[in-house]
Amino acid sequence: MSDINQISRPPTHSQQVVDTAFRWLCCGFACLSVLMVALIMLEIAKDAVPAIRQYGPGFLAGTTWDPNTGQFGILPEIWGTLYTSFLALLIGTSFGVAAAIFLSEGFLAQAVFQILKAFGLQFHPVLGKLPDRAEVLLKNLIELLAAIPSVVYGLWGLFVIIPLIRPACNWLNLKLGWIPLFGTTLTGPGVLPAVIVLAIMILPTITAISRNALVSVPPKLRMAAYGMGATRWETILAVILPTAARGIAGAVILAFGRALGETMALAMLVGNANRISVSLFSPANTLAALLANNFPEAAKKDVGVLMYAALVLLAITLFVNIIGSIILQKASAGQEGGK
Amino acid sequence: MNTQDAAINPRITPGPPDPVGPEVNPFADVDFCELERSLRRPRTLVDLLLSNLVSAMTMLALIPLFSVVLMLLWRGGQRLSLDVFTQLPPAPMEQGGGFGNAILGTLIMVALAALISIPLGILSAVYLAQSRPESPFAGAVRFGAKILTGFPSILAGVFAYGVLVLTFGGYSAIAGGVALSILMLPTIILTAEDAIRMVPAKMRDAAIGMGATPTQTTWMVLLPTAMPGILTGIMLAIARAAGETAPLLFTALFSNYWLFRGGFDLKQPTASLAVLIYNFAGMPFDNQVDLAWVAALVLVLLVLVTNLIGQAFSRRQIHE
Amino acid sequence: MRNTTNAEKLSKARIDTAQRSAKETASNGVVIDCNIDELYYSTFKAVRDTSIPVKKNRITAFIGPSGCGKSTVLRCLNRMNDLVRGFRFKGHVHFRGKDIYHPSVDATAVRRFIGMVFQQPNPFAMSIYNNVAFGLRLNSYKGPVAEKVEDALKRSALWDEVKDKLQKSGLSLSGGQQQRLCIARAIATEPEVLLMDEPCSALDPIATRRIEELMVELKTRYTIAIVTHNLQQAQRVADNTGFLYVDTSDGGRCGYLVEFGESGQIFNDPREQYTKDYIRGEFS
Ligand SMILES: Nc1ncnc2c1ncn2[C@@H]1O[C@H](COP(=O)(O)OP(=O)(O)OP(=O)(O)O)[C@@H](O)[C@H]1O
Ligand SMILES: [Mg+2]
Repeated sequence: MSDINQISRPPTHSQQVVDTAFRWLCCGFACLSVLMVALIMLEIAKDAVPAIRQYGPGFLAGTTWDPNTGQFGILPEIWGTLYTSFLALLIGTSFGVAAAIFLSEGFLAQAVFQILKAFGLQFHPVLGKLPDRAEVLLKNLIELLAAIPSVVYGLWGLFVIIPLIRPACNWLNLKLGWIPLFGTTLTGPGVLPAVIVLAIMILPTITAISRNALVSVPPKLRMAAYGMGATRWETILAVILPTAARGIAGAVILAFGRALGETMALAMLVGNANRISVSLFSPANTLAALLANNFPEAAKKDVGVLMYAALVLLAITLFVNIIGSIILQKASAGQEGGK
Repeated sequence: MNTQDAAINPRITPGPPDPVGPEVNPFADVDFCELERSLRRPRTLVDLLLSNLVSAMTMLALIPLFSVVLMLLWRGGQRLSLDVFTQLPPAPMEQGGGFGNAILGTLIMVALAALISIPLGILSAVYLAQSRPESPFAGAVRFGAKILTGFPSILAGVFAYGVLVLTFGGYSAIAGGVALSILMLPTIILTAEDAIRMVPAKMRDAAIGMGATPTQTTWMVLLPTAMPGILTGIMLAIARAAGETAPLLFTALFSNYWLFRGGFDLKQPTASLAVLIYNFAGMPFDNQVDLAWVAALVLVLLVLVTNLIGQAFSRRQIHE
Repeated sequence: MRNTTNAEKLSKARIDTAQRSAKETASNGVVIDCNIDELYYSTFKAVRDTSIPVKKNRITAFIGPSGCGKSTVLRCLNRMNDLVRGFRFKGHVHFRGKDIYHPSVDATAVRRFIGMVFQQPNPFAMSIYNNVAFGLRLNSYKGPVAEKVEDALKRSALWDEVKDKLQKSGLSLSGGQQQRLCIARAIATEPEVLLMDEPCSALDPIATRRIEELMVELKTRYTIAIVTHNLQQAQRVADNTGFLYVDTSDGGRCGYLVEFGESGQIFNDPREQYTKDYIRGEFS
């Protein structure tokens, strides 16, 4: 098919070659991206093999970490990782879900609207947009919480949170010291400041994903509940939250994964003490903080042990993340089916 | 508990059961005052309490944000001057000093990471966006990217340490850049895929209808149209990478000197803002702690500005 | 060196053209000869037994009730249906005597010679100028792009309205202007055939009128196939008309060609009962 008009012409040979090459390139890069995950795991596992041979599963149950004597165990770190993450999740979830409800059920927009109405300004061309704007603004503010680097939270925790809560903690220890939770005094870094900062850091994740789940509850369900005379909170508790439960569960689990892997805030605030304690005020240590503190000046022979610890962290976070992702995927699939 | 019951069995009057027996006229005994709002009714009260509770919790959740910002402005703003951008980190008790080398190091490593992750991410996204929704391979790539988003950042550092630092025997800006690129990659892939998928199908059809090859369609229509969304993703990824500390701790390490010492060399330990904050925050010397606050202020400004630029782009994305 | 090859190419093209026109007269000037025996979207049989010759420098219209497969047939002619998964058909489509569904034929190449204007205006999110120049770039056109753009815009009767704002986004135009922009985009590369799928359905009567005039004008240079719901429109502009109808006899909804012929004959003296009913129904 050759030209009669000199403009339209079949793709030239080079165009076709470029086309095929580009498509293979894209596919190759996509492979590379997915291989990245596998590559990371392989690399860490490979470097951990010598240590795994040497220390075996006893490494997970050992409680001392002493490069001088060559004794290594990470039970306190595993405990510290799970304990701080769990507590942070407790705080972060309650506040995060509350914020998600607040942002998705139009509380703020309604409040602002009522205020405007009191002044008779609810249909003002500029101010009338305020209710929706306010909600978006608040949502962005909460998302900003996630934008602040964790090292800055660490700095803030060190110089603001610790001095702020120390008197209260020590008072609690004095009065209620018989409860194991308050069993020690807070001398500086410790579990509680780390947990508070960790909770702040995972809150935006929980709020963002939960809010998505809440917003995508079909309006007809809401209408059905209101139509039967349910109050706003009856609707939220009996209809909306159960419908969005899967999405919220996914959010919580993903946030748990974040908390497990969070490094800087914990390295700065948790105290780096090789100790197993339920006290909120005692220093502790986590896997990520252990890596952060020991890798920079690790001797060549200790690298293997650290890689072993990294592998344990990888396994735990990967497990939690995969579960969370699957739950979220199921949740969104279910929602699409329900619509 | 109470509210749950009420929702399942909605009646206008919960509380004491009606003493009214069988009546001829069902409305004879209805007191229409019961339709009025009253705080004495438990469900109204619970409603009000819960509403106030979530409002208070949301506001409480924002206090840290304001506190961080205020502290940064107060403690960091005091010492902010031009010097901090041009000078090298001070020794303990030394007057003055800055973190010019750390800013430069952060910029260079983030640029390096962007150089790796942007092409990789965008081309992967092009592949994903054009694959069929149920393609198992595309699903795997997407799942991998999602897993990487929640990946502990320190493990990216461990990976770069194992691959680069151990093999080539030294901390370097390159290792730092590689570690950061792993963290940027998933954000770029996922946002770029979304942006490309948002390009209206009729625009793609128009290009194909004119005889554009898939590659021409991608370069001449899909990518330009999706560009705002892709840029948003890139900006978010950069903002995140700039603030990361953990992956740099033992890949780029830190340095008290300029990167240019003895020629421009990316294969030597490199300072970064985030690691400087971490190092100085734990120091017992006031001048270094103060500098950590200034660095934190600069870092947060950098991150926020990048974020805002990204959001500005996202408003220009064309939707279906 | 280069000059000679170019000259050679040109002369070869001229010879080709001459040969082709000889061939076309032999086949009654049929540019696209489409013969669909059965057409499926996965398991759904959408069209059967439809054979339509599209003649050179004529306007061929497809009419028929909604869902009878007009768009489907039209999209077959430049292989747009390849984008639909599960699409397959028995039969053949010949463009200048060559089977465009032959495995050796590149679908993108086919679409460069057989352009398409869609039902919904679909300008790209770029400037008006770049929208029209898009096809030229696609074909790596080396000549004067600006001239071609102006020419295409003039021929699609849009030039006067946009000449002062060529750098504004194509999306900023009104619906009718956007559709004319799409037509300009399609004719800028001077394809041989222009397929138009209800090009006026989003337009008001005045814009429709202008596009109809445009089509009549364009047919001196191009071959046009158009799908329309508007019988008057088909009557006004089309030289040949094909009427498709839905056959629901075997439980499916399968479109087929009832009648094809000169427009005058189809509208004034239809042979088939279905055609009569359809045309009368629309008029009354
Ligand atoms: N992509 C597709 N996948 C599956 N079935 C399709 C697809 N496109 C069209 N069909 C089916 O093919 C039949 C013909 O559709 P087509 O769009 O060709 O009708 P039409 O005559 O153009 O109708 P209208 O006048 O409403 O545009 C319809 O039954 C339609 O449901
Ligand atoms: Mg149609």
